[in-house]
Amino acid sequence: MAAGGVRGVPLAGAAARRSAEPEGKPEAVTRIEVSHLNFFYGARQALHDINLAVPANLVTALIGPSGCGKSTFLRTLNRMYETQRHTRLDGSILLDGEDVLEMDLALLRRRIGMVFQKPNPFPKSVFDNVAYGPRINGIEGKLSDAVERSLRRAALWDEVKDHLQKSAYALSGGQQQRLCIARALAVNPEVLLLDEPCSALDPVSTAKIEELLFGLKESCTIVMVTHNMQQAARVSEYAAFLLDGRMIEYAPTPRLFTTPSDPRTEAYITGRFG
Amino acid sequence: MSAARRRWRKISNLVMLTCTGLCALLAVGAMVAILGFLVWKGAGALNWDFFANLPAPVGVPGGGMANAIVGTGKLLLLASLFGLPIGLLSGVYLAEFGSRPSSFVIRYVTDLLNGVPSIVIGIFAYAVIVLPMKTFSTLAGGFALGVMMIPIAVRSTEESLRTVPPGLREASEALGASRTTTVVRVVVPASFRAVLTGMMLALARVAGETAPLLFTAFGNNDWSSGWMRPIASLPVMIYNYAISPFRDWHRQAWAAGLVLLGLVLLANIAAKLLIGRAAEAEY
Repeated sequence: MAAGGVRGVPLAGAAARRSAEPEGKPEAVTRIEVSHLNFFYGARQALHDINLAVPANLVTALIGPSGCGKSTFLRTLNRMYETQRHTRLDGSILLDGEDVLEMDLALLRRRIGMVFQKPNPFPKSVFDNVAYGPRINGIEGKLSDAVERSLRRAALWDEVKDHLQKSAYALSGGQQQRLCIARALAVNPEVLLLDEPCSALDPVSTAKIEELLFGLKESCTIVMVTHNMQQAARVSEYAAFLLDGRMIEYAPTPRLFTTPSDPRTEAYITGRFG
Repeated sequence: MSAARRRWRKISNLVMLTCTGLCALLAVGAMVAILGFLVWKGAGALNWDFFANLPAPVGVPGGGMANAIVGTGKLLLLASLFGLPIGLLSGVYLAEFGSRPSSFVIRYVTDLLNGVPSIVIGIFAYAVIVLPMKTFSTLAGGFALGVMMIPIAVRSTEESLRTVPPGLREASEALGASRTTTVVRVVVPASFRAVLTGMMLALARVAGETAPLLFTAFGNNDWSSGWMRPIASLPVMIYNYAISPFRDWHRQAWAAGLVLLGLVLLANIAAKLLIGRAAEAEY
């Protein structure tokens, strides 16, 4: 599946540990490198020849109209697509130079965490939700410390510290989503994938999440799918525009929004379609 | 809207409301009537002797059904030990692991099994256990009841697991959990209540079965020790007493019916309480 020979993109090899965008941040290290990625649902091709280098410790936003393949692309990065039947992928995805497609699944998903569109806490206590990852993965250190640290990183600790044993379902939608972020952070992932994490939330909750993403960049590389172009502009350093399963443009966010090089990007961001 | 149209709407609304309300009443009424009848006919024969003593010959006062009450308990225990694990695990397989063709076959066969008349299951147990062992036994009766529990447990488990939102499975797998870990630690706990309710339903369903016991557990007027002898059970006792010509026995049959219903109700309430407490501890 993983085609070893198709790494001949401009970024491949050891030298490609540098970012995709020379003009943007030449010093940024590449965390994930995707080359010649094609993805199929049955006979239907959903992604066409995607090439993308995700810079470390920054936020990369994926934008595009509904059904363009943003979420599908996101789900290839941690191989979540494997939970669906009749899917096929070719091309290569490298995480720190290691082939994602060859990696042990549990290890891969520990390194690349994911937060979903709809908050999906387990029907367990707040504590047990966050502790789930460390428990199944057997992370060393004290469990309660790991839980507190993750809740703090997700900016939820102060709101729940006195209710750790309460059901996660007692939290508000925004809190639940931050709990899901804390749950993903508890296994110390290098990369965090966010699939429209704010689309089910009110503006105040959205602002809180955007703010906490800012703090997370120190320790995490973030790839975020969003419908909301203002949000992409606010939180991301790099942005990729996808259309009909093809990556039309990938650039530093300010440039993509001010001087897009492709007319289709311009049409989308100025609201002419999508 | 015209006045005529409005009137028509009001009338049709009233008619439908009356129909649905009446049918709901009838549904509840059936249960109330059964319970009322049992109490009316059977409560008189309920006394300490009924619970403590063995059956007595006609005309001898103070006979009871202690052996049948214990017998029903033993049969249901055996049936649960046999039927519920198989039902539970098959349900988990169907809901979580089955491929399309295999699930289809299992589901279809399970539904067929559910439709097999209970007397046929009795004959089956007779053929595979009673004949080779050359004796009626608790084991054979429990086996027959257990077979009857399987399809109910399978389908209720499957339905319960399917109500768990797919998002929970994704969340777990995205954290590196395997499919099995996800099922054991997230999916089953999330539907724990529903699964156990389904199990109780299966238990209640077979608790009153008579036909499969007639030539497996057979019946016994005395205590039955161990698992390899014929054993008395409330349903078979009811059957034998109800078709007897004695007024005394008829009353005892009613009382046995009341006790059987009470036991099922009690088991139900106990399970609900247990589940409630377990769930509380978890949250």
